[in-house]
Amino acid sequence: MAQHLKSSSSRSTLLNVLRHNLGLGSPSHASRHLRHNLPHNPPSTRVSPNPLTRLCNTMVDTLSSTSSHEDANSQVMDFPGGKVAFTPEIHFISESNEQRVPCYRVLDDNGQQLTDSRFVPVSEEVAVKMYSDMVTLQMMDNIFYEAQRQGRLSFYATAFGEEAINIASAAALSPQDVIFPQYREPGVLLWRGFTLQEFANQCFGNKSDYGKGRQMPVHYGSNKLNYFTVSATIATQLPNAVGAAYSLKMDGKEACAVTFFGDGGSSEGDFHAALNFAAVMEAPVLFICRNNGWAISTPTSDQFRSDGVVVKGRAYGIRSIRVDGNDALAMYSAVHEGREMAIREHRPILIEALTYRVGHHSTSDDSTRYRSADEIEWWNKARNPLSRFRTWVESNGWWSDEAESDLRSRIKKEMLEAIRVAEKTEKPNLNHMFSDVYDVPPLNLREQELLVRKCVKSHPQDYPSDVPL
Amino acid sequence: MASLLSRFCRKVAVPGSAHGARMVSTTTSCGSETVKSLNLYSAINQALHIALETDPRSYVFGEDVGFGGVFRCTTGLAERFGKNRVFNTPLCEQGIVGFGIGLAAMGNRAVVEIQFADYIYPAFDQIVNEAAKFRYRSGNQFNCGGLTIRAPYGAVGHGGHYHSQSPEAFFCHVPGIKVVIPRSPREAKGLLLSSIRDPNPVVFFEPKWLYRQAVEEVPEHDYMIPLSEAEVIREGNDITLVGWGAQLTVMEQACLDAEKEGISCELIDLKTLLPWDKETVEASVKKTGRLLISHEAPVTGGFGAEISATILERCFLKLEAPVSRVCGLDTPFPLVFEPFYMPTKNKILDAIKSTVNY
Repeated sequence: MAQHLKSSSSRSTLLNVLRHNLGLGSPSHASRHLRHNLPHNPPSTRVSPNPLTRLCNTMVDTLSSTSSHEDANSQVMDFPGGKVAFTPEIHFISESNEQRVPCYRVLDDNGQQLTDSRFVPVSEEVAVKMYSDMVTLQMMDNIFYEAQRQGRLSFYATAFGEEAINIASAAALSPQDVIFPQYREPGVLLWRGFTLQEFANQCFGNKSDYGKGRQMPVHYGSNKLNYFTVSATIATQLPNAVGAAYSLKMDGKEACAVTFFGDGGSSEGDFHAALNFAAVMEAPVLFICRNNGWAISTPTSDQFRSDGVVVKGRAYGIRSIRVDGNDALAMYSAVHEGREMAIREHRPILIEALTYRVGHHSTSDDSTRYRSADEIEWWNKARNPLSRFRTWVESNGWWSDEAESDLRSRIKKEMLEAIRVAEKTEKPNLNHMFSDVYDVPPLNLREQELLVRKCVKSHPQDYPSDVPL
Repeated sequence: MASLLSRFCRKVAVPGSAHGARMVSTTTSCGSETVKSLNLYSAINQALHIALETDPRSYVFGEDVGFGGVFRCTTGLAERFGKNRVFNTPLCEQGIVGFGIGLAAMGNRAVVEIQFADYIYPAFDQIVNEAAKFRYRSGNQFNCGGLTIRAPYGAVGHGGHYHSQSPEAFFCHVPGIKVVIPRSPREAKGLLLSSIRDPNPVVFFEPKWLYRQAVEEVPEHDYMIPLSEAEVIREGNDITLVGWGAQLTVMEQACLDAEKEGISCELIDLKTLLPWDKETVEASVKKTGRLLISHEAPVTGGFGAEISATILERCFLKLEAPVSRVCGLDTPFPLVFEPFYMPTKNKILDAIKSTVNY
């Protein structure tokens, strides 16, 4: 009954017109941005596993069979929102695709470049900085974690296993791109030049902390480096990033907003609010999901029943990609290409980086209570982002054992010194408890400060001696 | 009598404008100023036009603001300033406020509309955990002071649970934001411009009952009324009454009736609830020795409790009677029972008399 059109080229033209009328994006757009064209859609001669493509193909066949008769419009229904083809079949779109969305990767588990992989090339300088910063991040995390165990820090959260996501994404961005982090992305700050001393100052909440001692450790922020201050509330930064992206667009900047969140964060209402707004406002924002398998003790099977987070992008009309988050080159390419599309086309991009949270959720967590130590160890060894990338960097002749040990001993020395200095630097003055609540302290805060100071005089033993008055 | 009532029903006499001695509110004004008779939504509309005109990096958005808004506050803005600056958003309050915070964090002015104060709660997390703490937690590296959230609040005669709420008390408990409530068109324009230009995030509740009902001479130029400054809108000696928004109209009627019975009432418009002007209220109560607070929101945990506790601390020995609160009842805002729920003129008058006769 379905008659094929005479030539496949006019069929695909009609297909694209139909896609456009249905409000679907042009698929060829994405592939143009990769240096080497990756096939984005299966060729139209194959039966597509994608139900939407099948729908389009069926529609084309149906329309083509009636085009010689009168109105093709009688086959199409007109509702607010655009024309849709009708169907006499009761057909529910399946809750999932037959196959999971494939995961983009460049390096295999051993760090060997896959033969048919396409990626954005990185120079020696960038590659060496990327690898060095991944090592630095890992060492910084180790040493701060130990400091907390020793009672020198009140709290810490590591990014073990997610070094490639942290560093490679930062490397693919420009310094003008504004970052709205969750709390497991200090590597982005590190890449941009935040020093180990600056990290330590915030963790110890001393008077050199830019946050003025107001928040727990790892709640970093730096306006100089375009990294908005961390807040512990999950996913609240997502809609903020969309507003910031809109501002960049309106000001005509060659920059985008980038926001990070975890698999858990994708369940929050703010995730849905943000993606929907980003699509409607045509905001140049990258949504980077670190799907590390765990939200504290909650595995992803208790978090959602979709094929991860990548498939949610389409629900909002957002172009999306799934990438191996432990592959530094794949992360770099995905973020690089995503950024370009976001800025050039004024659109949001969703990147789901699959990874594994090797560390505990934080120093307040012992994850062996809900997962096996073997599982953690496997991910730490078999899919380690550092060792995979190191292999590739070394294969180019850009790294060596000597460089490695030089780097590690230098970082260790710097870290221990940073902690030593941060620990003995005094805390911020008491007046900083009352400043910055508003631009200028109102009368009630001025009165309260006087009352507190009076109380400190009467009961000095109730108060820490390292906060200057 | 009938003509008086019909006049009251059609247009509410704006408190402080026609009766008794009235303190002139401090406004900035230029030499030659023309005034125009405007209702509340038109005054707000004027303020928004001026705000967008005077700052090219300012934005107005929310549900349905494009065509002028369900209360017409945003009429003409999209046509004049373009859909990039004045636009509809998806139906999502947490998104609206979250997006506004992001815009403000980049140095813009974001004047966000929540369609009814009853629907502000999905945005409460963004307001409390993001907007209110944005400057403090960053050590003043960042701020979202350019954010202003506007929402119609209060009884409207037939609004029921979800078109009548007065949620101001929730927000007065959040250090880092300001809460402003105007009583009239002229006040609204000046207070809204101040709120928009204040370097702190502001929640601005507009008494929807007054959108059409209140008409006043409003200067056409750009003027601002200072925040955190209460105004004595009627002077008196026997008792101090404190209120805000539409309730002041009701309170003023009670003051007029009380005067006929020989009770001299001093009426104060708080205007800004957070941070609030304790000094003006304290000075008044030290003079009169009596305090009555009235608000539509339920009495338990309402903002009247904060005012009462503070004044007790500061004026205990000067008080001749307990502080009186004439407020909404502790029920969801009812439909058929609205007249029973509301703090009416007669409830206030009864309370004035019993306070004075304590």
